[in-house]
Amino acid sequence: MTLSDADRDLVVAELGRDPTPAEEILFENLWSEHCAYRSSRPLLSAFDSEGDQVVIGPGDDAAVVALDDDTYITLGIESHNHPSYVDPYDGAATGVGGIVRDTLSMGAYPIALADCLYFGDFDREHSRYLLDGVVEGIADYGNAIGVPTVTGSTSFHENYEGNPLVNVACVGLLSADRLVTAEAQKAGNKLVLVGSSTGRDGLGGASFASEDLAEDAETEDRPAVQVGDPYTEKLLIECNEALIDEDLVESARDLGAAGLGGASSELVAKGGFGAEIDLEKVHQREPNMNAFEILLSESQERMCYEVTPENVERVQELAARFDLGSAVIGEVAEGNYVCTFDGEPVVDVPPEFLAEGAPMNDLDSVEPESAERDLPAFDLEDAFEAVVADPNTASKRWVYRQYDHEVGLRTARRPGDDAALLDVPEADTKLAFTGGADPNWTTAAPYDGARAVAFENATNLAAKGASPLATVDCLNGGNPEKPDVYGGFKGIVDGLADMCRALSVPVVGGNVSLYNDSVSGPIPPTPTLAMVGKADGSSPGLSLSGEGDLFLVGFPGGALGGSAVLEHAGGSDAFPALPEDADAATAVETIRTVAADESTVAVHDVSHGGLAVALAEMVTDEVGAEVSVADYVSLFEETPGRVVVETTDEAALRDLAGDVPVVELGATTDDATLSLAVDGDEVAYGAADIADLRDVLARELD
Amino acid sequence: MIAVVQFGGSNCDRDAVRALSDLGFEAERVWHEDPLPEETTGIVLPGGFSYGDYLRGGAMAARSPIMKSVREAAAEGVPVLGVCNGAQIGCESGLTPGAFTTNASARFQCEHVYLRVENADTRWTAAYEEGEVIELPIAHGEGRFELDAERYEELEADDRILFRYCDEDGNVTDEANPNGSLGNVAGVLGDSESVAVLMPHPERASLPQLGNTDGRGVLAGFEG
Repeated sequence: MTLSDADRDLVVAELGRDPTPAEEILFENLWSEHCAYRSSRPLLSAFDSEGDQVVIGPGDDAAVVALDDDTYITLGIESHNHPSYVDPYDGAATGVGGIVRDTLSMGAYPIALADCLYFGDFDREHSRYLLDGVVEGIADYGNAIGVPTVTGSTSFHENYEGNPLVNVACVGLLSADRLVTAEAQKAGNKLVLVGSSTGRDGLGGASFASEDLAEDAETEDRPAVQVGDPYTEKLLIECNEALIDEDLVESARDLGAAGLGGASSELVAKGGFGAEIDLEKVHQREPNMNAFEILLSESQERMCYEVTPENVERVQELAARFDLGSAVIGEVAEGNYVCTFDGEPVVDVPPEFLAEGAPMNDLDSVEPESAERDLPAFDLEDAFEAVVADPNTASKRWVYRQYDHEVGLRTARRPGDDAALLDVPEADTKLAFTGGADPNWTTAAPYDGARAVAFENATNLAAKGASPLATVDCLNGGNPEKPDVYGGFKGIVDGLADMCRALSVPVVGGNVSLYNDSVSGPIPPTPTLAMVGKADGSSPGLSLSGEGDLFLVGFPGGALGGSAVLEHAGGSDAFPALPEDADAATAVETIRTVAADESTVAVHDVSHGGLAVALAEMVTDEVGAEVSVADYVSLFEETPGRVVVETTDEAALRDLAGDVPVVELGATTDDATLSLAVDGDEVAYGAADIADLRDVLARELD
Repeated sequence: MIAVVQFGGSNCDRDAVRALSDLGFEAERVWHEDPLPEETTGIVLPGGFSYGDYLRGGAMAARSPIMKSVREAAAEGVPVLGVCNGAQIGCESGLTPGAFTTNASARFQCEHVYLRVENADTRWTAAYEEGEVIELPIAHGEGRFELDAERYEELEADDRILFRYCDEDGNVTDEANPNGSLGNVAGVLGDSESVAVLMPHPERASLPQLGNTDGRGVLAGFEG
């Protein structure tokens, strides 16, 4: 990839001369789709990012949201899709490293990670190879740096075969007085690079992430993948904490896409400054690196700090204490962003133009068509077993068992439930955290599917007694130059934006990853959300207690489009009708109130796989359930915004639910068996049989 | 004051301080390049990935200068508790016999396990009854206890096995052994009775708001 002729003409017009080779490659990377969002930014204005709780919205390394006056969290999300295809272990690991450093650069300490992973069909050997490598990469990195991976999702869909997705979100915690931004403060302040030395790894990663994966990407593109070192990242976390403790940082930015050139130019441009940087000052890992290699290297575990001249010595002392290299590479300056090498200026450009000057793309889009109802004849036993043993709905224990999800002494509700709960005594609350998307939904209906994804994430939080506080999105799409792909992408952006607005959940940041396209075609439009909420009361888990009766709370959608059962049984249907905005908001708030009520003894969100899977997950070795529903659509529809509630007080439940529909499902039993009756058909499965069905990942992978 | 030694790559050091503080102990982190404070009355070798575990779990940290002070303190009877990576460091530095090697699954495992208290007559287990079953979290990739047959017999004869992995009812079975440990051993006493190492994390089962407090008894061992 090189700078396009049109972009080059713009650069020449602005500079009044031809760009130097180093400038040309800097523009190529910073103006890439990956860094400049050229095809997506025109759509992103759909998002509402305002709210009283929002301290810093989109545009910094991570968003900052207030839990109370003195306690903030950071929230960020990032994709590492192409690297994870080429080298699943290192690609996924460095994705974790990057989002954690985005957290550090706000002055926060990372307290939780979420990983949302998407692979081709589970039956394919290649999907399993990628899953195994990605999970191990995340585990080895996240576990070593001591940040618990507490939630996420793992999905399989044939259209990820040529291009898996690895979306990683991180939550950080800080007190209000520790907040740091990526906005340079004052000319004359020094720029100090702290962390690993700079090598030739990951050169051109940003532009690599901005084109379709070639057929030979697995062998050809390995040099564009970075290799992570979690030990150094852990030292960087501790060093960053020590720097903030002593109030030594004026502004900070981590080195990610487009390396030092990206981080330093964005940092100074955001403050309205330029910089003078001497590239030879950068501590290097290998000899004879040239200017553009130093500028564009994506070597991991590096941070760029703005430091006042009098604090430089102490910063370097602390870096040395944590066995980290450091170098004063230059200073914040008025005027242009200037880099010298070997005594000669190699970059001399207006920083605003470099950071913000990329022209936006105006692309054609085609709206997708929706499906007509053509339902198959269902066999209850076949359908139940297929859906419960579907790798998409099955137990993900094989994945999260490899992640340390309890380090940090905050995990009050572990993976495997609707949302994780993290104890935050600093703000006397619990933070609920969930993440995911469903490719079947957004394939069936990009716009409504994305609305459903937002509704579903909010429901996950509410089911654990939490009110949604804020969300970040990771928008993954195929090649936007294809009108149908761009139409689907536009659909997921608008769908997320509309439902988040309806639920009053500000979208405080995000990430866009396009060109997830390969010889096997584009990926499904995939709107991953990571959402947090505050849970001030307590709520029960999802396992049945045997003390109450079972009810379904929420608005039905009455259709099976995008459902797991149609994947197996064939046929087609429209995507379920979601409630109007006001009803959706009422449903989420009602579910939260119900979950936190003392008469509720178990509660579980209904989504992927529908009621059938929700009930299967609630049955235990001791407690079963006897449930009867009207028809197959009721058993398998995946309409979000609904929960199964086990209550000891039906009247109290109906009273709390108000206008939100409550449907009686049946009773709990003491035979550890799920008995289902649907329209005259009946099946029964013991807890052990259900566990076997749900154990497909571990059975196939170990 | 209980010193929680922070090696480069330790990641349960903050957790240990928090759990000990919740039990009313005075505890603080001590960076491994700094000397042990004179007022040290107990030492925790916390979990994590010291030096990235790039050589072998705990091998590098065991050779860190502060470990000489830790061994001296242990010899004088100062209680020392090694948890997870700290248990590996304890073995590697000769405070306890045996080694913790790669799990039978060859994977990292984070889950809750049941442990049977084998000897309740030690400072680390006095809060429990012999034969009592407790639930603690594990989170390790190298937790398989190994020891040669002769020394293992000695260990048993000397009643130095503190905990064995078991099922919910206290049966010590292969199915209840998460990592292939010899004799289902999860924790042992060191050569000095003041030293204990275990792979499960008592500090993660200490705070009431997280739902499980079975580990508080182990930490209470610092009371003496």
